[in-house]
Amino acid sequence: MEKRVVFRSGWLPWVLLAPQAIVIAVFFFWPAGQALVQSLQQSDAFGTSVNWVRLENFQNLWNDETYLASFKTTAVFSILVAVCGISLALLLAVFADRVVRGATVYKTLLIWPYAVAPAVAGVLWLFMFSPSIGIVAYGLEAIGVDWNHLLNGGQAMTLVVAAAVWKQISYNFLFFLAGLASIPKSLIEAAAIDGARPWRRFWTIQFPLLTPTTFFLLVINMVYAFFDTFAIIDASTQGGPGKETSILVYRVYYDGFKALDLGGSAAQSVVLMVIVVVLTVLQFKFVEKKVNY
Amino acid sequence: MNKKTSALLSSFVAAASVLALSTPAHAQVEIQWWHSMTAVNGEWVNDLAKDFNASQKEYKIVPTFKGTYDESMTGAIAAFRAGNAPHILQVFEVGTATMMASKGAIIPVGQVMKDAGVKFDPAAYVPAVAGYYTAPNGQMLSFPFNSSTTIFYYNKDAFKAAGLDADKPPTTWPEVVGAAAKLKASGHKCPFTTAWQGWTQLESFSAWHNVEFATQRNGLAGLNARMKVDSPLHQRHIENLANMSKQGLFVYKGRGNVPEASFVSGECAMINTSSGFYGNVAKNAKFAYGLAALPYYPDVPGAPQNTVIGGASLWVLSGKKPAEYKGVAAFFNYLSSPEVQSASHKRTGYLPVTTAAYQLTEKSGFYKEKPGTDVAVTQMIRKTTDKSRGIRLGNYVQIRAIEDEELEQVWGGKKTAKEALASIVKRGNELLERFEKANKS
Repeated sequence: MEKRVVFRSGWLPWVLLAPQAIVIAVFFFWPAGQALVQSLQQSDAFGTSVNWVRLENFQNLWNDETYLASFKTTAVFSILVAVCGISLALLLAVFADRVVRGATVYKTLLIWPYAVAPAVAGVLWLFMFSPSIGIVAYGLEAIGVDWNHLLNGGQAMTLVVAAAVWKQISYNFLFFLAGLASIPKSLIEAAAIDGARPWRRFWTIQFPLLTPTTFFLLVINMVYAFFDTFAIIDASTQGGPGKETSILVYRVYYDGFKALDLGGSAAQSVVLMVIVVVLTVLQFKFVEKKVNY
Repeated sequence: MNKKTSALLSSFVAAASVLALSTPAHAQVEIQWWHSMTAVNGEWVNDLAKDFNASQKEYKIVPTFKGTYDESMTGAIAAFRAGNAPHILQVFEVGTATMMASKGAIIPVGQVMKDAGVKFDPAAYVPAVAGYYTAPNGQMLSFPFNSSTTIFYYNKDAFKAAGLDADKPPTTWPEVVGAAAKLKASGHKCPFTTAWQGWTQLESFSAWHNVEFATQRNGLAGLNARMKVDSPLHQRHIENLANMSKQGLFVYKGRGNVPEASFVSGECAMINTSSGFYGNVAKNAKFAYGLAALPYYPDVPGAPQNTVIGGASLWVLSGKKPAEYKGVAAFFNYLSSPEVQSASHKRTGYLPVTTAAYQLTEKSGFYKEKPGTDVAVTQMIRKTTDKSRGIRLGNYVQIRAIEDEELEQVWGGKKTAKEALASIVKRGNELLERFEKANKS
């Protein structure tokens, strides 16, 4: 029998909802509305002359080859970040879960990178991979790899993906660790008694039971790769070489805050908003079907 | 209340009353100045304000550091929209066209000086500097503050080790290639590099060879300027650099001023970059270094002409009280005096922006004392042509980024010089058309 609580007064539920509703309205709907309005305008930097241009900002985007190429870059980047980030974190979580002695130390160390600001993460990785002076680049050169992410697009992509994954791994790790801890020990023990080896136990018991966590992290990581990574890119590659690491959100930031093209930047953020909404809906519609709650 | 807190309280009260007393009955007019000068240059800005404030009692200049050039500009724009902009804003040269187009937001410096009744002669300024900040109708729009230009630095020790004459820097591009080959043969891993590749290898390069970078006098004459960097000479130069890159004579070290570190560390032996890099080299280089004029192609008629300016100028924002603008005018008048200008030039390595200040510096024997410091000045203090006066384009920040992106494709071997330059023209023109449209009033 389902137990339902019914409010007798008409206004109380609204009052209780109000704090959250206000926060969403002020920090989400209002800026999003502003972006929508600005995407239909072209103005000088100071906003002293504003022209309504209907959909011209969007037309400019469709006619810009580099903008279209940026979609591909973003897709590659976010898939790499999500897949690498989630699988590495899962691996680490499974191992950390088994550790008996010093588990807290391992866990603390693995959670650490989450406290690092994205820009700092970008700079950190940039230093390590800096051609001819970075410690990793130096090591790579010693084993015959010519590392120069300033000119090699693939290497630049590797660098930003590594930095972005490293930054996000702690978050994923925490959720997986919590997920693993909530799996009843009796299930695993029963399987062990039946003769299942660790690998099989993982794939037939732990992983299926972790699917809700994995799905949640997939959504979160995609959103992270789409929105929260521009500081890493700005600090390490600035979208270069060429436009090889210029993902959509970096362009929004660059065109808006550096180049002061507010109309074009707003149009880009509207496009980005639509993409993320569509992606999230798709994920919930199709991927969620495979999730066992 | 115990004894301790009451003692503390009474001392607070005393301090507060002292503060209250020290405020003069006749309040000073405060003038906000937002700038982007860091470290030694930040101290310089503070000293300028301090000296001016000490020189009179009516006005008080309050300098505030607001982050990098683009950060302070974005910040000022946001502040302007919110109605609390500063009086004076330091804007870098690539932001000039944006500021000029924002007619309602700025007041031309010529106007500010005239309204305040302060004598102001634009002709006193070095032509390449004044021309840059002057509107097509001849009115000076912003106050030239810290100007720099592109020059050539080389490592004398590396030259000696390679068997080159350390007192004879290469003056032409073929000589640069020759010197680079010798440096490489002597085991140097990075014979030549360049910072600010768009500024040094395309923009300054154009003026130096007296060829157009963009139409409409490089944008100075109007918003309908279009890119011209796909000329045969530009192609030849970029191809030359691409070949050098293939042979390991030119090593690409990144965008903006990032490559400068590789010169100071001794890794790269020759570099093209800003004259404002001098302070850093003088302080940090652990080897003998030399400064020289930019290399050129000797068979190009009219080369070398002059180089274009970088750096920043001071803009006056609108919407303030008349008394405050009088203070701004008084401050600018103070800054224009040859003594202040010359002292600033010697201290920072930025160019003296008036001819009088240059002469005063020369008379003081500074250039003889520190050889090479006059390179930037002599490159700039020349009669300019319509093709070399300066480059002022709308959406310039993005155009610079396009230059970076396309040139990187050339150095990486993904595009030929011709393809990359054609792409710069095409993409640049789209931005210029858009800027023209957005700012048509």
